[in-house]
Amino acid sequence: MSHMRDPGLLARDAEGLFWMARYFERVENLARLIDVTQSFESPGEETAAWWGLIRINADEKNFLERGFSVDATHVKRFYLLDRGNKTSIPASVEDARTNARTLRPLMSTEMWRQINVFQRFVSCITPEDLEGDALSRVCTKLKDGVQAHTGITQGTMYRDQGWYFYELGRFIERADQTTRMLDIKYTALLPQGAEEKRVAELTQWNAVLRAAAGYHAFKRLARAAFSPEDVVHFLLRDPSSPRSVLLCVRRTESHLDDLRRLYGLNAAGEAIEMAELLRELLVGKPLSHILATGLHDYLDLVQIHLQKLAAAIGRAFFRDWRPGIETPQEAAAVQETA
Amino acid sequence: MNEDFRKLWPDYDPGRYFCELTTTRSDAGPVPRWLAERLEGIGLDALRARASAAETDLIDLGVTFTVYSDATAIDRILPFDCIPRVLTASEWDLLERACKQRVAALNAFLGDIYGKGQVVKDGVIPADLVYGNSNYRPEMQDFPVRYGTYAHICGIDIIRDEHGDFRVLEDNARTPSGVSYVVENRHLMLRTFPDLMAGIKLRPVDDYGRRLRAAMAEVAPACTDDPQVVLLSPGIYNSAYFEHVFLAREMGVPLVVGADLTVENDRVYMRTTAGKKRVHTIYRRLNDDFLDPLVFRPDSMLGVPGLIGAWKAGNVTIANAVGTGVADDKAVYAYMPRIIKYYLGEEPLIQNVDTHICREAEGLKYTLDNLDKLVTKPVGESGGYGITIGPRASKEELEASRAAILANPENWISQPVIGLSVAPTLAEEGIGPRHLDLRPFIITGKESWVLPGGLSRVAMKRGSLIVNSSQGGGSKDTWVLAESFAKGDAA
Repeated sequence: MSHMRDPGLLARDAEGLFWMARYFERVENLARLIDVTQSFESPGEETAAWWGLIRINADEKNFLERGFSVDATHVKRFYLLDRGNKTSIPASVEDARTNARTLRPLMSTEMWRQINVFQRFVSCITPEDLEGDALSRVCTKLKDGVQAHTGITQGTMYRDQGWYFYELGRFIERADQTTRMLDIKYTALLPQGAEEKRVAELTQWNAVLRAAAGYHAFKRLARAAFSPEDVVHFLLRDPSSPRSVLLCVRRTESHLDDLRRLYGLNAAGEAIEMAELLRELLVGKPLSHILATGLHDYLDLVQIHLQKLAAAIGRAFFRDWRPGIETPQEAAAVQETA
Repeated sequence: MNEDFRKLWPDYDPGRYFCELTTTRSDAGPVPRWLAERLEGIGLDALRARASAAETDLIDLGVTFTVYSDATAIDRILPFDCIPRVLTASEWDLLERACKQRVAALNAFLGDIYGKGQVVKDGVIPADLVYGNSNYRPEMQDFPVRYGTYAHICGIDIIRDEHGDFRVLEDNARTPSGVSYVVENRHLMLRTFPDLMAGIKLRPVDDYGRRLRAAMAEVAPACTDDPQVVLLSPGIYNSAYFEHVFLAREMGVPLVVGADLTVENDRVYMRTTAGKKRVHTIYRRLNDDFLDPLVFRPDSMLGVPGLIGAWKAGNVTIANAVGTGVADDKAVYAYMPRIIKYYLGEEPLIQNVDTHICREAEGLKYTLDNLDKLVTKPVGESGGYGITIGPRASKEELEASRAAILANPENWISQPVIGLSVAPTLAEEGIGPRHLDLRPFIITGKESWVLPGGLSRVAMKRGSLIVNSSQGGGSKDTWVLAESFAKGDAA
């Protein structure tokens, strides 16, 4: 309608939307990771599996500083109950809601209501909910909660600039989390003995695929006797899997391009270049080469590039409203600790 | 109380107070009786269940305010009472005219004291009450505002005495809050108690945002015909943040904090993803003190450096204008009847509560001699803080009050205890009478418009006269009947 005008978007709100989406995405993926970690437990070796979760999130220092000791129960509490841990699920949900409060004028009433209800649910999780089969149920509820949020957002949020920034946050966080899901496979222990090892390996890859919601799609696509390389390909490079890193990066690229084209945000240029670079990193080399030189280091490199992409977006769009803060890393630090 | 109610509610006893439902009024028609019958039809248990569901709804929707005590902040809902307060068409007609009259006088007074000061020269009000007032802003002197409007948004607290006469208790001409609850309460009633409302024609309340935005556009600097309006909030830690969100949403304008705004060449801009965007009108929910660290409190992190300069250059409108606090001061309030007469040549349509000014020897003496019969109030406070109600105070409390007044008489006024009207309220004992007041909201750009009804605040404790939300008060939906049932009026 020609008599409607572009209301513009406050830099602060753009940042808030970006981070709200990241926090929610983080909650869903952490729930997925916890769920899969439980399936990696082997009798007598529970601690090793749970410590793997701490490692892939680079939370070793944080975990010990919070006064926890290295065992399965403590890791679960660290992520599901400890509000003081900034990487925990309750802290992320609280951060998402704090952002949502500032964004309330841009959100639908349905979105806001669901966030309030979800936050209340998360704040009521008890130590008993982390025991035995209850844990998986809690993870399912957490996933459901975030997916309800995502669905309500898709169905009710007006798709102007703000929606693009929300989506950017979501896809960047999801890409990052998918690399961690792949990484966790490499922290899992394998039994001795060729046959046991082969079976365990298969089970673990299936668990990773399930965690990434890709199990059935992968089965339809993969050869009967699939190799680890196929799974890595699916999670990193598949163009159609909603959680593959490549799909997330492509969506980021196209959203940045839309922001430039539809809203004249020419500052997107640097971030677009960074996204292109990242895409090149994902598809440039044969997987066999990457696996041979070390997947873990490669995933680290992808994570660093994702951080650089987020930083470029921050420099282009968010920094302006906080002139006191010079670098987007500082801005991110402020947001992370806000 | 009329016979219908005695039969329906044998235990309901408003005592000597005017009851907003059961006292007979000439043009209320069958509505009060319908309401009582419908409430009886629903039954107490179902009422309680629905009321509790309604409160859960408010929590889920985040319709909350924040209470601060000992450095902890707690989100609370404003307790909602599901039994509406009913105003008849003729009552509303009077209230509406009285509110417009009051606002016209307030604005004329502000224009005068920030101009020639004729009202002082003519001896209507003492000079030091105006120029010595802590809310008087010399920056405003000789600075004209569009349409002479200083108080664009006003809330006037009105009570009803034992005789059923309305009285103005207080003017709020700075940043009055509560309007969001008026609209949210109506939505809540429509969702949870549609059967109470069926077939009763009410004046709607959902036009507030549109009217407010239109007024903000009217008073914008004349340089544009498409002004950018924003709402300036102190941020999420402010107790009224929910209302700021509500108003920004209803107006369809950005909710900004100080850090979003910047001033260059005496023009105000907001920082957007596409760079700086010009701002023309700022509806601020921030006190004068915090607006501009260059002019007022230098430690304010909430304001915008250079804002006052931009305003004085005529490049931005601030609503309400700076310095309106001098007009809603409790000491100036005492002079309002004379101020109305002075500017408008009219008697006040609704009278003040009789007020004794302790800065005047006569008022001080009367107050001290009758402490046990009077309500004493500090003039600078809001939110019901510092109030002593004589007849209910202990000896110690009265002596403390006497000491406080003697230490600083200029800070105090006193008023007789008014038997605030009551309305049936869902309480622990069933449906019981609770005291309440009314805060209508008036928007003024070129002209004044009054939101039909207003916020009815109700003291939820039996016998309590303090209705403020910070002191445990709740609220009711306020119905203004769209049709008059008076004899001779066409229904």
